[in-house]
Amino acid sequence: MKHILSALVLNRPGVLAHVAGMFAARAFNIDSLTVGRTDDAELSRMTIVVIGDDRVVEQVRKQLAKIVSVVKVQDFAGQDVVARDLMLISVSAPPEKRPEILALIEMFNAKVVDIGPKFVMVEVCGPETKIEAFIDAARPYGVRNVVRTGTVAMARYNRSQSE
Amino acid sequence: MTETNAPSPAKLVRKPGSQIIVDTLVEQGVDVMFGYLGGVVLPLFDKLYDAPIKFIIPRHEQGGCHMADAYARATGKVGVVVATSGPGATNLTTGLATAMMDSIPLVAITGQVRTELIGNDAFQEADTTGITRPVTKHNSIVKDPNLLAQTIREAFFIASTGRPGPVLVDIPVDMQVAEIEVKPAEPVSLPGYKVRSRVHNRQITLAAEAINASERPVLYVGGGIIIANAAAELSELAHKANIPVTMTLLGLGSIDQGSELSLDMLGMHGSAYANYAVQGCDLLIAIGARFDDRVTGKLKTFAPKAKVVHIDIDPASIAKNMPADIPVVGDAKETLAELIREVQHRDRKEWFAQIAEWKKKYPFRYDKRAHAIKPQMVIEEVLRQTKGDATIVTGVGQHQMWTAQFFRFKRPRQFITSGGLGTMGFGLPAAIGAQIALPGQTVIDIDGDSSFNMTMAELCTAVQYELPIKVCIINNGYMGMVRQWQQLFYGKRYSCSSLKNPDFATVARAFGAVGMTVTEKKAVPEAISAMLAETRPCVVDFHVDREENVWPMVPAGKSLHEMSGLDIFESMA
Repeated sequence: MKHILSALVLNRPGVLAHVAGMFAARAFNIDSLTVGRTDDAELSRMTIVVIGDDRVVEQVRKQLAKIVSVVKVQDFAGQDVVARDLMLISVSAPPEKRPEILALIEMFNAKVVDIGPKFVMVEVCGPETKIEAFIDAARPYGVRNVVRTGTVAMARYNRSQSE
Repeated sequence: MTETNAPSPAKLVRKPGSQIIVDTLVEQGVDVMFGYLGGVVLPLFDKLYDAPIKFIIPRHEQGGCHMADAYARATGKVGVVVATSGPGATNLTTGLATAMMDSIPLVAITGQVRTELIGNDAFQEADTTGITRPVTKHNSIVKDPNLLAQTIREAFFIASTGRPGPVLVDIPVDMQVAEIEVKPAEPVSLPGYKVRSRVHNRQITLAAEAINASERPVLYVGGGIIIANAAAELSELAHKANIPVTMTLLGLGSIDQGSELSLDMLGMHGSAYANYAVQGCDLLIAIGARFDDRVTGKLKTFAPKAKVVHIDIDPASIAKNMPADIPVVGDAKETLAELIREVQHRDRKEWFAQIAEWKKKYPFRYDKRAHAIKPQMVIEEVLRQTKGDATIVTGVGQHQMWTAQFFRFKRPRQFITSGGLGTMGFGLPAAIGAQIALPGQTVIDIDGDSSFNMTMAELCTAVQYELPIKVCIINNGYMGMVRQWQQLFYGKRYSCSSLKNPDFATVARAFGAVGMTVTEKKAVPEAISAMLAETRPCVVDFHVDREENVWPMVPAGKSLHEMSGLDIFESMA
């Protein structure tokens, strides 16, 4: 099962290497990993998608929390979260196919961000399932290149708990 | 170096980074250090020249690291080792990994090439923090001399708190020569580092209820008891609640093995009575132990009837290998103190009668009538003549297991051995580190010939510092444990496991130590008595039965009760 782990880490050199090294050393599989700054210059946020049963992921979470430069780790499993991927995808688009492709893009609420004589570059944002569905839908036209950010996620406001 | 634009008040004191390092080490209570010189640590060593710190120079950085490690194991203090950049730092890695696996508090300081050369493949440059990251609890490189003191303080704090471990600080040479302002010490603040301070009362009560309800409990304790200085509490708990105690290799000394409650060591080469007790118990109380594969054998059938209470300071140790019914995260000493209050005494007559029967039927045995010197006999003779009081150090292999089986440890920190990593060559440098920590006390390295060969050069160190360490080489001319596995599992095909040894006594004398060779069984007691009387480093080479095996043995992948060798024990009864 997929788990999204969100880790707040110190914004220091070597932290990414430490986290990545721990995953490799303990034979845990990373599905995706994103790192970015937060509103606090001292801290970065890592969002790590891990595939494994609950026991493995629990061990991943504990081992992550053990790293001195890792400040806090959350496992979003079982929580209501907003999870998003961003993808840039280049799709073959000869002039005769363009109307179809543009309709597809509109259907997915995606955006054309570049256009060439034989292709369009499309920006797709959304949950992973939507990204995967777009790739499937675009495949018959010819997918030239795909770049994905990996998942970022944040827990939703929990109404039941706060009321 | 950084200069501030603001005019500095006249009273500000400025010192070179190297002096700041030494001052901070002294502030942290360091009075002994181990390590080896090199180009980029020259500024630091220049300041150590006048420092109130005793400095021990090994013959190889690995040796220095093991010495600092053993010093920490013997005293409970943080061991400190220094090495230069490049090969100096890479030579530390085995020692760091050894300390990491056994949770030993260690601070390693390495020199690094000048900051502006980092990444350019400079002379003696290595990516030290990159290389040592997986074998340290934490490491960092100092790139601002103003952070030197605080980084070293943090290193000591991280190394010695929570589950201890080695911490490395990499210091480029320009940081050591930079002149910086001396600032007052600040408290260590690490947002990502949490040390569990309070124990969860509810979990303690659950554990106590399980203990009070149990008919057949077993305490399974590891190195965590010794690290937490919790032996007195363990003994109190075991006696108050009336529970037998089995120890891991690193846990030996947690409870006096002369006690009725001691089941001695469990696991692959543990006692039959400990292994049967674990397999038969209805409650397993693990404290400061981590369900290592050498302890559990086949995990699925380990303690199959037992409810598991797991007490450990490291949350990641709990449920890593074995699910815990009652997990308790906390310091062993504090947790036990709480637990003692809530447990009740129970007789458990049937359980103790069963254990007594196992103990009577399957004590550790060897063939005492044999003509050859049996390794176990040497260990028993050391035990007898030292009255079991000496601090014992070992290498890794058969001799280590026989020592664990036949020596009777009385107190924590009495047995110093590389458990988790199983580092051959640990014995001699560890004996030196322990002897430095315990002046005037008897420190004996019971070593294997192959283990001894690996770090033999450290005899120079023992001679240089006039340390009266004793080394008993259990010499069978093989890598004995490997040979045992080849005999049992590879059809006696002794591939590459036989070594041509030097004459160890002659070697010892060449180093300036005392050397003896013992080939006759009847000469063993006299040789040991002469060794114990020696004031110089002394090496005694015992030529033992070449193909003696360690029994009992739980073959890898088998359950703990599926021990081989019990029939051999019975034939000797």
